[in-house]
Amino acid sequence: MDQVLEYSPILIEGTITTIELTVASAIVALILSFVVGLSRFSRFAAIRIAAIVYLEFFRGTSAIVQMFFMFYVLPLLGVHLAPLLAGIIACGFNLGSYGSEVVRGAVQSVPRAQHEAAIALNYTTYQKFRYVLLPQAIPVMIPTFGNLLIELLKLTAVASLITISDLTFMAQIIRVQTALTLEPFLIIMVIYFLIASCLVGIVDFIAKKINKGRNITVRKGI
Amino acid sequence: MNWSWQVAFDVLPQMLQGLVITIEATFIGAILAYALGLVLAILRMSKSRIVSLTTYWVSEFIRRTPLLVQLYFLFYVLPDLGLFLSPLAAGILGLGLHFSTYTSEVFRAGIENVPTGQWEAAKSLNYKPYQTMRYVILPQAIPPMIPPLANYLITMFKETPLLSAITVVELFNAANIYSNSHYKYLEPMTLVGAFFLIVSIPSAYIAMRLEKKYQRRSGGSV
Repeated sequence: MDQVLEYSPILIEGTITTIELTVASAIVALILSFVVGLSRFSRFAAIRIAAIVYLEFFRGTSAIVQMFFMFYVLPLLGVHLAPLLAGIIACGFNLGSYGSEVVRGAVQSVPRAQHEAAIALNYTTYQKFRYVLLPQAIPVMIPTFGNLLIELLKLTAVASLITISDLTFMAQIIRVQTALTLEPFLIIMVIYFLIASCLVGIVDFIAKKINKGRNITVRKGI
Repeated sequence: MNWSWQVAFDVLPQMLQGLVITIEATFIGAILAYALGLVLAILRMSKSRIVSLTTYWVSEFIRRTPLLVQLYFLFYVLPDLGLFLSPLAAGILGLGLHFSTYTSEVFRAGIENVPTGQWEAAKSLNYKPYQTMRYVILPQAIPPMIPPLANYLITMFKETPLLSAITVVELFNAANIYSNSHYKYLEPMTLVGAFFLIVSIPSAYIAMRLEKKYQRRSGGSV
């Protein structure tokens, strides 16, 4: 145990890298979720098809394959990505595909009458989504986004395989240098668990905040 | 970088051998995940608070930590404790254990979604616990469980490349080994991606059909 404690600086460094990777790819995934999820409602068939191709491609292949593809194959095609950037893009694009389905499902779950009401009020497409559909769809999305955020955190561990020095990578270093096995892996599992639990707490807080506001407005409406 | 069919045909036999291992790992892992998931679900629904809370937190710990780290843990730590497993066995155990925490939620939700009136009806007919389960609860609980369980099978299939990290030569690792020794990344990595798409898109379609089918049977109230 003491031996592992000597390595605490690199464990802290790994924790920071893991958090950075999670936050950065979460932002990429969130943007993609909305862009792709809303594209599914586009008037233009080409945009809808592009969204489906993206979705099926990233949801249908394995995340680790996508990561290796970005890390080893893209340079051959002349695109050189730093490992961290490749990791962020791979994690973000992968989770974005799942997220886009969440966005699409949530918008579709808004009652049909609401879509029709927006049309009856002669709202433009932008107004329809901005003032009618999204405010009702977003609260539905939040719990599922919370689950996806945990999946994303766990996915970042795979990025250690493309030489990103995250927590998992650091645990491997400690294992190789000290020949200890139980301690490094147990410690990083606890760290992952703590980070995940914080994320769960944050998402629950946001969900509560949003639902609280909704209840008040509903009551006012009545 | 140009696509070479020569390389593609060269790597294909090795990848097919890997595919056999991938399928083996997916199915045995899934059977383990279903069996363990059922056990976890039953423990979670136990009347004893200690049993139910312990099961909850153990499941949450497994669910909030990366599968990759759990695989390393099983692969490196178990031999130190005197338990020697082949890499494939450790991988299957890891997959099964990780996904049992997901399937247990499916089992639990399936059983809990059977209306209380059905339990009471069974009681009023003086059914024994076995009869209650066999003739009243399970016939109503199982159909809605099938689509999510099928979806987890697909998810597990896509997670099997992680076993390559603990030296299992499955589909992805077979391609990766070839890539590393021949320094040809484009063809093997693209083929792996194509393999995954070929399997997961039709199976996702089948899962979707299952979902529609079982929703209809239960009157769409699920």
